[in-house]
Amino acid sequence: MIDALAKFASIADFESFARSLRSQVKTATRSIRLCMGTGCQAKGAARLYELFEEAVKQSGQTGNIEVKCTGCHGLCQRSPLVVVDPAGIFYQQVEEPDVAEIFRETVLGGRVVPRLLYQDPQTGKKLEGAEEIPFYKVQQRIVLSQNGRIDPTKITDYIAEGGYSALVKVLTSMTPEEVIEEVEVAGLRGRGGGGFPTARKWRSCRSAEGSPKYVIGNGDEGDPGAYMDRSLMEGNPHSVIEGMLIGAYAIGSGYGYIYVRNEYPLAVKYLRTAISQAREIGLLGENILGTSFSFDIRINRGGGAFVCGESTALMASLEGRSGEPRAKYVHTVESGLWGKPTNLNNVETWATVPHIINRGGKWFAGIGTEKSKGTKIFSLVGKITNSGLVEVPMGITLRRIIYEIGGGIRDGKRFKAVQTGGPSGGCIPAEHLDARVDYEELTKLGSMMGSGGLIVMDEDTCMVNVARYFTEFLLNESCGKCTPCREGLAQMRHILQGITKGQGQAGDVQKLQDLAEILSGAALCALGTTAANPVLSTIRYFRDEYDAHILDRHCPAKECRGLFLYQIDAEACKGCGICLKNCPVDAITGERKVAHVIDQEKCTRCGTCWEKCPFTAVLKV
Amino acid sequence: MLIPMMQDLQAECGYLPPDDLRELARQLSVPLSRLYAVATFYASFRLAPKGAHEVSLCMGTVCYLKGSASISEAICREFKVAPGGTTPDRLFSFTAVNCVGACALAPVMVVDGKYCDGVTPESALEILHGLTAENAEAAEEKTKLKISASSADSAVKQTPPKEAAR
Repeated sequence: MIDALAKFASIADFESFARSLRSQVKTATRSIRLCMGTGCQAKGAARLYELFEEAVKQSGQTGNIEVKCTGCHGLCQRSPLVVVDPAGIFYQQVEEPDVAEIFRETVLGGRVVPRLLYQDPQTGKKLEGAEEIPFYKVQQRIVLSQNGRIDPTKITDYIAEGGYSALVKVLTSMTPEEVIEEVEVAGLRGRGGGGFPTARKWRSCRSAEGSPKYVIGNGDEGDPGAYMDRSLMEGNPHSVIEGMLIGAYAIGSGYGYIYVRNEYPLAVKYLRTAISQAREIGLLGENILGTSFSFDIRINRGGGAFVCGESTALMASLEGRSGEPRAKYVHTVESGLWGKPTNLNNVETWATVPHIINRGGKWFAGIGTEKSKGTKIFSLVGKITNSGLVEVPMGITLRRIIYEIGGGIRDGKRFKAVQTGGPSGGCIPAEHLDARVDYEELTKLGSMMGSGGLIVMDEDTCMVNVARYFTEFLLNESCGKCTPCREGLAQMRHILQGITKGQGQAGDVQKLQDLAEILSGAALCALGTTAANPVLSTIRYFRDEYDAHILDRHCPAKECRGLFLYQIDAEACKGCGICLKNCPVDAITGERKVAHVIDQEKCTRCGTCWEKCPFTAVLKV
Repeated sequence: MLIPMMQDLQAECGYLPPDDLRELARQLSVPLSRLYAVATFYASFRLAPKGAHEVSLCMGTVCYLKGSASISEAICREFKVAPGGTTPDRLFSFTAVNCVGACALAPVMVVDGKYCDGVTPESALEILHGLTAENAEAAEEKTKLKISASSADSAVKQTPPKEAAR
C-alpha cells in the first residue's frame, strides 16, 4: 500500500491524507490483532497469523476482515495473545487448534470463547477486554498506547492513529524555542536511566557552537532483564523517528543516528522499514513536507558491548573505534560525535516527545511526582506471576507494580527483593516496597531508576550470589580503560567468589566497601562509578546473609553450592532408589521401599539427588 | 563506517577471515591493528569460523535466577565446548549472551534465531542433540534466500536475520 503513496510536497497535502486515513479507521469493521513480540513469536504467533489469514481467505471475507501483526502487547506471561476487534475481546495462550473456533465464534459470530479468556486469579471471573485485566488496569499506557494497535511495518497505521501530527504541529505553529519550552514545562527527564532534564540538554546543544549538529537515539539496551526499548523499536518504530524529528527541529540538527543493539535484528529491520517509508513520503530527507527543515536518520548496529550504552562510548563506536568512554569535562552537547555538538537521548525519551507536543507539557507534568513527571516503561520480570512490559505513572509504589500489576510472587513464595536499574542499580528489600518510583527516591534507597528493568527475587535467591553475578557481569563488560573499574571489579569479584564458596574471611565486607568507595570516586564513566551499587545495596539490606556465609559457612537461601546440606525426608521418601542410582559418589544408602539416607561425610553437595527425586523428598537444609 | 563494514563481512563469511581483514585495512588506509582492536573489543565479532548452527544461551539476570548457569555447564560438559567456542565437530557455535531481551521466556536459548523458552539442562541437551549437519544446510539455504530478498539500505547492507551473536 505504501508504494501507492507519493512524496508529499506540502504540509496541507499530508494533513488531508492523514485526515482521510483517520476517518477510515473509525468506520473500520472487524480485525484480528496478533501480538508479534518475542514472547508470542517464540510460542508460535507467526503460525497463528498464517492460520487466521487462511481462515479469512476461506470464508471469502478478504477485505472485510483484517488480520494484523502488531508489536508487544505486554502480558508476555500469557503469550500468544490475540485480540479480536471491534469488541476488543482479549484471548490468551491461544494455540493452533483454537484458531478455527475463534474465527467462527468471535470474528464471524460475535460470540465470546470463554475458555480462552483471562481469568482473574482472585475472583475467578473471566474477563473479556484487556482494560478489565488487573495487569492493564493499573497501568497508564501513553508511550505504549499504540503498541499492540498498529502494524509496525506500515506507516499508514501509525498515521491513522494520529502519528506525525505532533511533527505537523511543530512545523506549522511552533518555533524551535517553543518546542524546547514545551518539553521543559513537561519536566521530561532522560529515560535511559540518568534522568537528566531533556529540555536542558536540547537547549545546551541548540546554543552550542559548531555544525553540523547530530541527534542520536540510544537503543543499545544492554541491561540484562530489560526489554522496553526493544519492544518500542519493534512495536512502534515511527514514534521514535517522530520524536527525533521534533528534537532535531528544536536543536537545529540535520543528521541523526539510531544505535541499535546487535541482538535485536527485528528492531533493526523494522526501523529500517520505517525510515525508508518515512523517506518515501517526504517525512525524512531534504525539505520535509515542503518546508525548509531537512533531517535524515541512519541506523547503526551495536557490536555487542554493554559499555556502549554510555554516551561517549557509543559515539566512539559510531566513529568506528572501540567503545571506550572518555572523561566528560567537555559535554557531548558541545563536542560529541566527530567533535560536533551532539544530543543523545534514549529511544524511550524520543518516543515520549510526540505525546508531549500533542497533548501539551502541562498535561504531561500533571502525571507523576514533583520531580519525576509522566510515565515510565518497566520490564517486570523474575520470580513474578505476570511477567511483562508495563507502563506506569511515576510515583506509583513498587508494591502496587509487583502485587497489583504483577500478581505477586510465583508459586506462593515469599518476596525478598526487587532489583532496579540493571547492573548499576541495587536491590530493594521488602521494608521499602512502599517506596515510590521516582528518580530521587530510588537513588536514596541505594538503587536507581535505570532504563527500567524490575527484577523480582524470592526467598530462594541468595543476595550475595546476586552481587557476585552483577560484579562478574560488569567485570566482563568493563572496557578496561581506567584502573579502578578494571582492577577494582576484579578484586571485588574475587572476594565475592570466595564468600559464595565458603572461603569468606572476617573483614571481607569492609574490603568490599573500601573498593566500592574508590570505584564510585575514581572511575571514568557511569559504568564504573555505579558498578558497586549491587554490592553496596545488598550489604546495606542483607548484611545478615553476608555474615551467615562468612561466619557460619551457611547460605540462608540455599543457593551457594557447598554452603548447605542435602537431607532425605524420611516421611516423603518412597525408597524408589533413583537418587541412590544417580549419586556419583555412592553417598546414599537404603533398602528398596525404605527411606534412604545420605552419608554427609561422603556427599559432595552436587545436588543430583535433589534434581532427580520425583517425590521432592530431598531437602536443602 | 568501519564497524558496519566489518559486520557485513562477518555476515557474509560467518567470521572475519584474516585475508579479508587485511584487504579491508588496505582499502580504508587504516592500520590492521585498528581492525584487530575493534574485532577483539566487540563481543559480536569472531576471528574463527563458526559452526553449522548458532546457539546462544541467555545469561541475563532473569535467566540466571532461573538456572541458566547449570544449563551452560551441562552444554559445555556434554559437547566439549566453552562459551564463545565451537564444538570440535563444528556442529554448533555456542555463545553465552548477556540478555536477549525475552525475559518472560526465561531461561531462553536461541538456536539459529529460534527462541526456545523455559529450557532446562535436559531439554537443552535434547534440542542440541537434534541438530545435524544436514538441517544446517537447509537453514543456510533459507538465510541465503532471505539475503537476496531483503532490500539494501542506502549505505549499509542488510545483514541476514541472525540472532544474538554476542
